[in-house]
Amino acid sequence: MLRNLHKIPGLIAAILIIVITLSGTVLSVLPAWEVVAEVPSRPEAGLSVATLVDRIAIAYPGVEQIKRSPSGKITAFYFDGGQPGAEVIDPATGIGVGPYQRSDFARWMTNLHRSLFLDDAGRWAVAAGAVSLLMLSVSGLMLTARRVGGWRHFFSRLRGPLTGRLHVEVARLSVAGLLLSSVTALFMVASTFGLIPEAENPPAFPRVVSEQTGAIPGTMALLRNTPVSALRELTFPYPGDPTDVFKLTTDTGEGYIDQGTGETLIWADAGLWQRVNETIYMLHTGQGAALLGVVLGLMALGAPFMAVTGAMLWLQSRRARPRIKGNMPAGQADTIVLVGSEGGSTWGFAATLHRALQEAGHKVHTGAMSGFRPERYTRAAQMIVLAATYGDGTAPTSAKGFLDRLAALPQAPEMSLAVLGFGDRQFPHFCAYAAEVARLADQKGWSSLLPTGTIDRQSPQEFARWGHALGEALGHPLELSHSPMIPKSQALTLVSRRDYGSDMQTPSAILRFALPRTGPIARLMGRGFARFSAGDLLGIVPEGASMPRFYSLASGQADGFVEICVSRHPGGLCSGQLLALKPGDSVQGFLRPSPDFRPQTNAKPVILIGAGTGIGPLAGFARSNRPGREMHLYFGARHPDSDLFYGEEIQDWQGDGRLASVTTAFSRTDTRSYVQDALRSDATRISRLINDGAQVLVCGGRDMASGVAEALADILAPTGLTPALLKAEGYYVEDTY
Amino acid sequence: MKTLLAMLALTTALSAPALAAPVTLTTNLSNYGGDGAYLALYVTDAKGAYKGSLWMAGGKAKYYKHLSDWHRATGGNTAEISGITGASVGAGRQLKITLDLSDALFDAGYELHIDAAVEDFRDSPSEVVVPLTRAGANKPVAGRHYIRDFTYGM
Repeated sequence: MLRNLHKIPGLIAAILIIVITLSGTVLSVLPAWEVVAEVPSRPEAGLSVATLVDRIAIAYPGVEQIKRSPSGKITAFYFDGGQPGAEVIDPATGIGVGPYQRSDFARWMTNLHRSLFLDDAGRWAVAAGAVSLLMLSVSGLMLTARRVGGWRHFFSRLRGPLTGRLHVEVARLSVAGLLLSSVTALFMVASTFGLIPEAENPPAFPRVVSEQTGAIPGTMALLRNTPVSALRELTFPYPGDPTDVFKLTTDTGEGYIDQGTGETLIWADAGLWQRVNETIYMLHTGQGAALLGVVLGLMALGAPFMAVTGAMLWLQSRRARPRIKGNMPAGQADTIVLVGSEGGSTWGFAATLHRALQEAGHKVHTGAMSGFRPERYTRAAQMIVLAATYGDGTAPTSAKGFLDRLAALPQAPEMSLAVLGFGDRQFPHFCAYAAEVARLADQKGWSSLLPTGTIDRQSPQEFARWGHALGEALGHPLELSHSPMIPKSQALTLVSRRDYGSDMQTPSAILRFALPRTGPIARLMGRGFARFSAGDLLGIVPEGASMPRFYSLASGQADGFVEICVSRHPGGLCSGQLLALKPGDSVQGFLRPSPDFRPQTNAKPVILIGAGTGIGPLAGFARSNRPGREMHLYFGARHPDSDLFYGEEIQDWQGDGRLASVTTAFSRTDTRSYVQDALRSDATRISRLINDGAQVLVCGGRDMASGVAEALADILAPTGLTPALLKAEGYYVEDTY
Repeated sequence: MKTLLAMLALTTALSAPALAAPVTLTTNLSNYGGDGAYLALYVTDAKGAYKGSLWMAGGKAKYYKHLSDWHRATGGNTAEISGITGASVGAGRQLKITLDLSDALFDAGYELHIDAAVEDFRDSPSEVVVPLTRAGANKPVAGRHYIRDFTYGM
C-alpha cells in the first residue's frame, strides 16, 4: 500500500516534477547571483534613507520611486524629459552604475516554474506537481525508515542493488529541501488563488494632508530614522498633486509622509500574518536568504534524479516479477497466496500456483507476505505461504514485518494454513524462515492445511509433488507444472583458457569469454552485460538442464572480457560442459548482480581471503584496484605447481602495488597448511587492519568460509569485535558455494 | 471585444439609460518586456474624486493594491468591479471594451483614469488621465510606462 502510494503518483508526476525542480534549481541561483554580481557596494553602516534619497535626488531630480531588493540592490525609478528610466544605484554616491533591467531569462524561467506558461491552468498543474512531490517525500521517508529497519537507523549504510541504493541515498540527502519547497509552494499557490486569508491591507491613505509641497526628503524624521538596510520601497508624491504623499515601506511596516510638512502622517507595523507570508516567500525563493536558496536548489536536483532512478526501479521490479493474471481483491478471494521472495524467483512459483488454483475453480488473491492483513481476508478458506530464506534465516524483502504482525494477532485466523519453504540444501539454514513462520503459526494455534513443505534449489519436481499433496487437502486434483523463469541469456564465446590442476585429478581452468555486444537501450538501463564488476555472478544454463548454475565473475566490463574460474565437480553437468569448451565455442549465459560482494568505495584497506576457484573474484578486485589502496590477499590452493590460479598476474600486481601483500597456503605440500592457518599466523596484522576499518571479502567453498570465520573470531576476540558484528556493518562479506 | 449594456453605478447616478450611448475604449500596451499588466479603468470628477469603475483587467484581488490610486479611492472593494472584470493584458496586446456610457459624463469635467501594474515592475497609478470630452474622442493619448496609447471612440 505504502509502496503504491509512492510509486503511482511518482510515475504519473515524474515529468512534471522534473520540469518544476530543474527550473527551481536554475531560479535558486539567481538571488545569490544578484548578491554577488549586481550589488555595486554595501551602504556604509548606519546610512539613513534620508541621506540616500538626498544623494539620489541630486543625480536624478525626477526620481519617483526607490526600491531595495532583498539582495541589497537599490534601484531608482525616475522620469526625465517625458521618458521613464530605471537605474541601479551605488548607495555610496547615489549615482547609477547601469540601467536596471529585469532579466527576460529569469522571467521566462519563473513563468515556466510556476505556471508552465499556461496561466491559471498551469498553476494548478504545478500545484498538483507540488502535492505529488510532498506525497512522494513523505511516503519515501516512511519507506526508507522501513527499509533500514526503523527511524533510528535512518542514516545507516545501505545494501542492495546500485539503483535502489542511489535512489535512497539521494533521497536522504534531499528530502528536507523537497519537503520545505513543496510545502511553501503549496502555500504560495493557495495565497495566489485566495484560498487562505490575505495579508493585512496596507494602512489606508491619510484623509487629511497639508496640501503644501516642498519639504526636503533629507529632513523628514521618518526617513532619517530608517536605515537603508531596512528599506524596501519609497514612493514619491505624484508631481503637481499636492494631495499626494510620500509612501515608505520597510521591513517592519509602512507609512505615509506629508510632502509639505515632512511629518509622518500614518505608520503601521507589518502584521503577523504578513510576516508569515513574507517568510514563506523567502524560504521558497531564497530572496533575502541567498545561501538557503542555493542549498534548496541543490536539494531540488535530487528530485529529477530520483524520478529517473525511481522509474528504473519500477521497470526492474516489473521485469523481475511475473504478472499474476486475474488477481482477485483480497476481500473476495477464497484462497490467499502470500509470497516472501528476495530475488523474485519465488514469484514465478506463485504465478504457477495461482494459475493452477484458478483453473481448479478457486478465487485467488496473490500478494507479498509484507502485505499480510488477516482482517481483510473475509471470505478466505485457506492461506498458502511461499517463503524463501534470505541469508542466515532472516525474512526476505517481500516478507518484512510478517512475523511481527502474526505475533501481534490476538488469535489465529479462521482459515487454514499451508507453508512452503524455498531454499538451498547446501546452506546451513535451509528454509529456516519458512520453518519459523510455521512454528509461530502453530504456536498461535493456526489450523494447518498440510505439513510444511520445502523446495530445494527451485526444483520443479518437488513443487509438482507438493502440488499433489495440496490438491488432496483441497479435495481436487492440482497439477503444478513450473518452468522457472530464466533471464534472457546471451551467447558467450570462449576466447582463451588456462588449465590447472590436471595432475591432482581435479581439472580446472580460467575461462575468458569475449564481452557480448549490448544494444544502446540495454547500455542505458545497465541491463545484461552492459555493466558488471568482479564479484557479480554469471548464470549458465547447461544443456540438458533447466536450472542455471552460478559462477563468480573474475572481471568487470571495464576489463573488456568475461572471466570465470571453474573446477570440475564430480558428476557436475555444468562444470563438465564448461571445461570441454575450446576457444571459439560458446555457451548461453546471463548476468546476476551481486552488489554487496565487492570492495567498498573508500580508501580503507581490504583483506581478500579465498581458496580454490574462489580466487576468481578476488583476482578481479586486485586487477581493478588502484595502487595506493592497501589490498592484502590470503589464498589457499593445493599445490603451487597445480592450481595456483593467476600465479603470474598476482606477482605482477604485487610488483605494481595493486596488491600490498600476498600470503599463500598449500594443502598438498609438506607444510599442509590451509588459508585459515595463514590467517592465524598473521593474527596481529589482521587484527590491526580490521581495527583500522579494513573490509574482509571471502570467496570459496563453505567449509573454507566457516574455517575462516572461526579463525577471524579467534583473532578478533581480544578486540571485542566478531565476524557477525562486522557482517552486520558490511565489513565482512562472503561469496560461498 | 467586450460589450456591456446596462452599465454600472455611474449610469444610475448620472443619467437615464435612454441617454446612454455605446463607447469603445481601446488600450494598446507597449512592449515593456514583462508579464501581463493589471489595468483599472475608472472615472473621477474634476477634483479627482472617484465616481465609479469601468473595467478591471486582472482577476486576482490580492494584486489590486498595486493599482494604488484605484485602491486608495475604493479601499480595494471588489464590489466596485463585480461583473466588469477580465483577464490581464499582455505586453504589446490590446484591450478593447465597449460599454454604454451616459451622455452626461462628457464635457462635464469628468476624467477617465487608468492605473497599471506589472509584476516586479514599478506600479503606475494614473498612468493615463484623460478628460472625457466629445472633442477628445478618437484622439490617442499616451501613457507613462506601459500604455502606448489609449483612445475612447463614440
